[in-house]
Amino acid sequence: MAKKQLITAIINGEEREFACEPRQSLLEVLRDSLQLTGAKEGCNNGNCGACTVLLNGEPVVSCLVLAVEAEGAKIETVEGIAAGGQLQPLQQCFLEGAALQCGVCTPGFLMTTKALLERNPHPTEEEIRFQLAGNLCRCTGYDKIVRAVQAAAEGAK
Amino acid sequence: MSDNSPISYSDKKYKVLGTRPVRHDGADKVTGRAQYGADVQLPGMTHGKVLRSPHPHARIKGIDTSIAEKIDGVYAIATGEDWPDLIDKVAELGEGAVNLHDLAQNCLAVGKALYKGHAIAAVAARNVHIAEEAIAAIRVDYEVLPAVTCVLDAMKEDAPILHPGLRTETLDEPSDQPTNIDRHIHFETGDIDAGFAAADVIVEKEYKTATVHQAYIEPQVSTALWNEDGHLKIWTSTQGAFTARQQTAELLQLPVSKVTVTPCEIGGGFGGKIPVYLEPVAAILSRKCGRPVKMTMQRDEVFEGTGPTPATFMKVKLGATRDGKLTAGQAYLAYESGAFPGGMIGPGTMCVFSCVELPNAVVDGYDVCVNKPKTQPYRAPGATQAAFAFESTFNELADQLKIDPIEIRQMNGVKEGSQRVDGPVYPRIGYLECLDAAQKSAHWNTPLEGPNRGRGVAAGYWFNIGMKSSVSASINPDGTIHLLEGSTDIGGTRTSIAMQLAETIGIPAEDVLPKVVDTDSVGYTDVTGGSRTTFATGMAAHKVGLDLLQQLTARVAFLWECEPNEVQVDGDVYRYRSQQMTFKELAAKLPETGDPVIGRASVSPEGSTNGFGVHIVDVEVDPDTAKVTILRYTAIQDAGKAIHPSYVEGQMQGGAVQGIGWALNEEYFYGADHKMRNASLLDYRIPTCLDVPMIDTIIVEVPNPAHPFGVRGVGETPIVPPPAAIAEAIYQATGVRMTELPMSPPRLWKAMSQR
Ligand code: FES
Ligand code: FES
Repeated sequence: MAKKQLITAIINGEEREFACEPRQSLLEVLRDSLQLTGAKEGCNNGNCGACTVLLNGEPVVSCLVLAVEAEGAKIETVEGIAAGGQLQPLQQCFLEGAALQCGVCTPGFLMTTKALLERNPHPTEEEIRFQLAGNLCRCTGYDKIVRAVQAAAEGAK
Repeated sequence: MSDNSPISYSDKKYKVLGTRPVRHDGADKVTGRAQYGADVQLPGMTHGKVLRSPHPHARIKGIDTSIAEKIDGVYAIATGEDWPDLIDKVAELGEGAVNLHDLAQNCLAVGKALYKGHAIAAVAARNVHIAEEAIAAIRVDYEVLPAVTCVLDAMKEDAPILHPGLRTETLDEPSDQPTNIDRHIHFETGDIDAGFAAADVIVEKEYKTATVHQAYIEPQVSTALWNEDGHLKIWTSTQGAFTARQQTAELLQLPVSKVTVTPCEIGGGFGGKIPVYLEPVAAILSRKCGRPVKMTMQRDEVFEGTGPTPATFMKVKLGATRDGKLTAGQAYLAYESGAFPGGMIGPGTMCVFSCVELPNAVVDGYDVCVNKPKTQPYRAPGATQAAFAFESTFNELADQLKIDPIEIRQMNGVKEGSQRVDGPVYPRIGYLECLDAAQKSAHWNTPLEGPNRGRGVAAGYWFNIGMKSSVSASINPDGTIHLLEGSTDIGGTRTSIAMQLAETIGIPAEDVLPKVVDTDSVGYTDVTGGSRTTFATGMAAHKVGLDLLQQLTARVAFLWECEPNEVQVDGDVYRYRSQQMTFKELAAKLPETGDPVIGRASVSPEGSTNGFGVHIVDVEVDPDTAKVTILRYTAIQDAGKAIHPSYVEGQMQGGAVQGIGWALNEEYFYGADHKMRNASLLDYRIPTCLDVPMIDTIIVEVPNPAHPFGVRGVGETPIVPPPAAIAEAIYQATGVRMTELPMSPPRLWKAMSQR
């Protein structure tokens, strides 16, 4: 077993330190060491998007990022979206638009959408579908998710 | 835009039903706080992993765990030797029965591996990485046997036999030959020869469908703690806590009272999370090492080691008069059951002709073992395959007769009083109303223009099973009601059930606070499956409401010193002469009127009720690549009464998209070595956002006479029509009739180039 390394990263705005083995993924460390279980594991090989978090503002599948790569990085997870006990409009749009059924894909969708809307506040339906194509949802058929993203973009106008 | 206004056939006005409140568990889910199976953390927790067979069929001659045991951090190892002696016993699990002996062998093999991915041994270790190292260090001595993974091959006399003791269950005398055919079902009505003799046109076709998987995004995950006092606690992702308890208790030969199952939030199931896989194995490991053991499947294990739905071979023959009246129908359905007997053939045979009145019919169904994972229910189990065969043949017949596909369905469609081929007579149903809605829809009335484009339509049917549900409720002084239920919530049923109690009491949905609790805390409740939850558990919620109302009027009568029957109840307002009081005011006074008010109810509606849907789809087929693009999609369905229209739409949209995946892409792709080649979510491609358009919905409401609010379960029907509807649209676009699923580019391209 390789020796553990000490990593420092800004997670949801707070500086956090953690020790990890070089073989551990960021997803594993977030969930098991830092108790940030919002990011979900659906496939553990980069295909489902359930584990999406933002790394320096970019959406990444955290199951394919090694925890040691997070040194010095800024990481945002679903736990960091709502601020001061208030849901963000994006979360509100998902709720009111019934854009979740089982909800296991939801944290990933929220993170991908957050990154999308930050880069492009008024995406077309085509752009939304293109950007969210890396996040699989097996329950909703995507209709209500796309509409929730549209509603969130509407609100951002 | 979505045309989603319900078309109601009832004059009843409701206060809560039909509104769209935010789900009670919503905030937890959008903040990442909801506790799914993988989020369970217990002190001293260890991690389990399963060693799986690399061979589709092999005798296990020996398992050597000596090296693995010595690895630092390995706490326990389990094999099939650890099962207690299990008698052959069949347990009913809601969407099908299971033989416990087979179930145990499926969780940890005994004697033989019957499919690639079959669990052979399991390890508990300090962390998953060590458990994986230990798995790699276990040596298994296999004698590889010939395998069979195609239903037609498995039915041949010289096929490799999976279970030497298996004999076909049939109405005739069973033969004494070893076989893979575990069951033959036969229904007959009228005079089939006379029926075909009376036909002017006969169409007969053969169909094949591939193995597909439920592919829920959350893999199976379970944690078990076998306590020193002999009590077993399980936290798991399951569609039914009580069925998980029953299966685990029976496999481990424990009384059910010794097992507590806590259902975690579940990340999808669609029928695939009814059987246990990990729960009893984690329990055995926990007993051996005295610590909690958590087990999570990897995605390839989900594909190769849990239940897909059957691949099939089917034949359908239909006869009709020149003016489009069906005279006879014959169906032959051979369904794979996977490694163990007991597949989805039963509902397949009941559903194949369920949308038409057929005076003369014969249905033969065969359930066949093959070297693939044991098949499990997948949303309307067995019905989608049968509908692909029947609806496709029906569309071809309509085409030959030059009759509009909706009109021919109206002409032959089932209604109240029609008899299904397997016997039951329909009560009030909403099939013709769905067809009318389809005919009047914006989609059907907009001409489809452009080259390489086509439009298709198909119908689908599924039951709502009844079974058992229990709830209990207590009234809080602040005017809210806590509702405890045993139905795990997959798609928002906490809310759809709470709304039915809210309606009964006349209070807002938000004032009912539903909670899914563990098996110690509520009465027995069957699985969330069979489109039964909003229907049957909703019925229990209504009944508990009536129980509370009765107690409340007694309390009001006590306060106002009158007789309970003199109290008038109007929604949430109670009146007697000039006095009146709201539920909220009453709730605050309850503590002064006597004991706390609690209610309870359990139901077990007999038989099943019926849900119908009709789908319309427009496609464009790329002539060079044969890629099919879905341009427009409309799903129409009878919900009886749509409790929460958004959730009904969500079920229709989700089911339609799963059906689109099944129709166009999804399949277990096998090599000549009988091994799956695409056991990942990259290669087993379920639809993404970019593969589908918005899915328009039209909800039809023909009240279900078997439910106090007229509810019909809606979860499963929407996966039934898509493959046949898309096949027809492809035919209209290309002139090619596809009779094999999936209609993927290579297969369609081949068919198009042979045209
Ligand atoms: S778990 Fe990371 S992409 Fe699926
Ligand atoms: S809501 Fe279940 S996977 Fe998206």
